[in-house]
Amino acid sequence: MLADPLARTATTARSVAARPGRWWLPASLVLLAVALFLGVMVGPAGNWGSADWNIIWNVRLPRVVLAGIVGATLSLSGASYQGVFRNPLVDPYLLGVAAGAGLGATIVFAVGRASTTTWLIDPLPLAAFIGGLLAVLLTYLVGASFGANRNGVTLVLAGVAVTSLATAIQAFVLQRNTEVIREVYSWILGRLTLANWGDVRLVLPYVVVSSAVLLLHRRHLDVLRVGDDEAISLGTQVTRVRLVVVIAATMGTAAVVSVSGLIGFVGIVVPHAVRLLAGASYRRLLPLSLVVGAAFLILADIPGRVLQDPAETPIGVVTAFFGAPFFILVLRTRGRSLG
Amino acid sequence: MSSLAFVDLSVRYGRRDAIAGFTDTVRPGEWLCLIGPNGAGKSSILRATAGLVPHGGRIEVDGSPLSLRSSRRRAELVAYVPQSPNLPDDMTGAEYVLLGRNPYIGYFGVESQHDLAMVASVLDRLDLADFARRPLGTMSGGERQRLVIARAIAQEAPILLLDEPTSALDIGHQQQALELVDRLRREHGLTVVSAMHDLTLAGLYADRLALLHQGHVVATGPAASVLRPETLSEFYGVSVSVHHEDDGTVVVVPRRTSA
Repeated sequence: MLADPLARTATTARSVAARPGRWWLPASLVLLAVALFLGVMVGPAGNWGSADWNIIWNVRLPRVVLAGIVGATLSLSGASYQGVFRNPLVDPYLLGVAAGAGLGATIVFAVGRASTTTWLIDPLPLAAFIGGLLAVLLTYLVGASFGANRNGVTLVLAGVAVTSLATAIQAFVLQRNTEVIREVYSWILGRLTLANWGDVRLVLPYVVVSSAVLLLHRRHLDVLRVGDDEAISLGTQVTRVRLVVVIAATMGTAAVVSVSGLIGFVGIVVPHAVRLLAGASYRRLLPLSLVVGAAFLILADIPGRVLQDPAETPIGVVTAFFGAPFFILVLRTRGRSLG
Repeated sequence: MSSLAFVDLSVRYGRRDAIAGFTDTVRPGEWLCLIGPNGAGKSSILRATAGLVPHGGRIEVDGSPLSLRSSRRRAELVAYVPQSPNLPDDMTGAEYVLLGRNPYIGYFGVESQHDLAMVASVLDRLDLADFARRPLGTMSGGERQRLVIARAIAQEAPILLLDEPTSALDIGHQQQALELVDRLRREHGLTVVSAMHDLTLAGLYADRLALLHQGHVVATGPAASVLRPETLSEFYGVSVSVHHEDDGTVVVVPRRTSA
């Protein structure tokens, strides 16, 4: 029997709005709950005595919460940088943000950390933010100057150059101020293992503002996927959106780097895994990266506690172990994902 | 229906004038086709109108200058289809056409039921309902071009700019795409400005042609008056023969110069 052509049902608003993968958000929240549970329960202290409860509340829980905040922020920032630069290869580290933040913090230590402790606002996260922002802007300008036919690798190479420059200046500053080397390196290596509720309170305002701004721009990032020219012709103020997103992502990154130290690859592994599973639309990608990133870093923090017990394997080692091969995989399949 | 007027339009890239002293008025509902050799300034006119490059002179829609409009308001007036649009492989057809509603959605807003219904009806009218849920990467060139036009229609702008809309298509899909534009401009009363390389197709669909050479208009008018062998040989440096069909169609055929 032939189908009646007139019987074809009309497309409805409902079917236009229907997006695949709505169940990914609940699924990722379940993953986060599991990660939180494991993060709190796994470790040397496991019996429910009052001493153990004390350890869990004052030592392990802040550590788990902080790991979650750091992972969420690095993933969300990574996904946002990828969207705003239309480049699947970038993350807060490859863009030079972390190195710039490190340089900013080093300068504060060199000028005299002791004299700033009485200030109303702690200048350390602020200096890290300014350093990170200058670094990412420099990376973008250098990367963009290599012609209109900008390919993804150029921006990454510019990031490498800016990272080297920032690291070199940092080394120079440290040479002149050898007395602060210890402080600076303990800052760079991070203090996730020694996290307390004070650290959570320190980063939370920056992270909340940064995440809110980024999530509010997720529709704009979808418009940017068709390129600057078409986005402008569709009425988007591309330069303003790009600037706001870069500032917000850099603020979040600088804040978490100041408590967690260098944890690479989270900002590239998590958004790409989410893309593979739930598609590349930024409306889904940003909230999912936030939740999955938190779960990922909480889980990545667990092997460090158990493997060499009682010594700790730094969390950056764990993420690099998974992240570096993943990055190579992304390089191989690049070009089709974000075109 | 809206009119589009260019008053002494100029576009410079560095020290080079891409277009200089371009003055023209496109009547409401008219289709103007810009023709001319590569680098004549066709795309520059379209890009200036879409707000993508800074320009001198004025571009007016219904008598008021576009440069005074906000970028969103400009996008409500002018829809632009670039020469090679970016179509993200894993975006669905519906998501892509929905981008056309961007000018109507507030900075922190999300699309309304009206926007979704609008996209659904555009997909239906352009016979694209089957592509709503499919990723763009799985579609053919002709299907992708129809979706790009659908996105421009969803933008509900009275003025449609098309930069080489058929350059990547075979002859069948070229005709299909231009027929679609022609149908839509009649249904919606669109004013169309296009840049095209195929002179026969340009003459077939446009109401009026403007021949550009090195940033200046050298001839304008209906196809029969612009597409003359001596004009084309002077500005394109080609040898062509021009045939006039009984129905008024002007056919431009290149001639072999070597024996």
